[in-house]
Amino acid sequence: MKRLIPYLILGIIFGFTLVKSEAASWYRIQEMFHFQSFHMFGILFSAIATATVSILLMKRLVGKRSLEGHVISIPKKPEGLLNYPVGGFIFGIGWGLVGLCPGPMFALAGSGSLPSILALTGALHGTWLYGLAKQKIPFIKRSVCTA
Amino acid sequence: MNTLIELLQSPWPWYASGPIIGLMVPLLILVGSRSFGISQNLEHLCAITQPRPIQVKFFKYDWRIATWSLVFMGGVVIGGFVAGYIFANPDAVQLSDAALAMFTERGLATPTGLNPAELFSFSVENVLVLFIGGVLIGFGTRYASGCTSGHAITGLATFQVKSLYAVIGIFSGGLFSAYFIVPWLGY
Repeated sequence: MKRLIPYLILGIIFGFTLVKSEAASWYRIQEMFHFQSFHMFGILFSAIATATVSILLMKRLVGKRSLEGHVISIPKKPEGLLNYPVGGFIFGIGWGLVGLCPGPMFALAGSGSLPSILALTGALHGTWLYGLAKQKIPFIKRSVCTA
Repeated sequence: MNTLIELLQSPWPWYASGPIIGLMVPLLILVGSRSFGISQNLEHLCAITQPRPIQVKFFKYDWRIATWSLVFMGGVVIGGFVAGYIFANPDAVQLSDAALAMFTERGLATPTGLNPAELFSFSVENVLVLFIGGVLIGFGTRYASGCTSGHAITGLATFQVKSLYAVIGIFSGGLFSAYFIVPWLGY
């Protein structure tokens, strides 16, 4: 149990930041897609920049042990090609519509927003539908990601 | 004391929030060599709750190996509760004048909180839009193996071309939605 505490703390910080940065706002997302403010782009660009610099600095840690004892490696996305832009497009339509991506969805659900919980319920059904489609429709391929 | 509470209630500028979010990537690697991302939990939640008579193979795996991810998700929910309920911002979002003008022109009321009552309430139309929007988010993020956190942040920061394709897809979808579907629905 004790090994899980860092994940809980990081999750709390992430969720808190998502709400305080107003990334969990439908208004902010519309404003971003209409290029009417730098705010959301600032969040994304500075997050990417911070993560990129950290990753570059961490290159020398590859192969060493993490706090939990795993061998440190740089994360890799599963094999695939077309599923990335197509899946992204489908997700993007939902994001533009509801104004919440999965992180803010969980955070707002925690703040007691019932409409967000409804959207989250939808997301779970969509996920299940994907699992079903993957089983029935052969061209929907993606290597199983369980980690 | 009052100033401290006000500080906790007030929204954060992008240059504070962005780097904190970005730091999740190296910190999760340092803690357990984990890839920062939140939407995989949608999959795990399905694996946990799928009723026995329904057998979708995709969700038949031991989700316990992803306990760390579910705990992280639980943290996000708690963080959202603390930021959005206990220390909720009493003021409306600080939108740009251009955005405010756009919303007024579309007939939306002046913003009072994070989200518009015109969409975040329970009329038949709103319920349909929120649910269907959610379905698209769930289906899309799983098909693309990631969402904004997993692709736009982790993926781009680790120079993965797949994530760039995903981000282009995500942004195109969002633009399509924001320019055509949202105005067409009358929000």
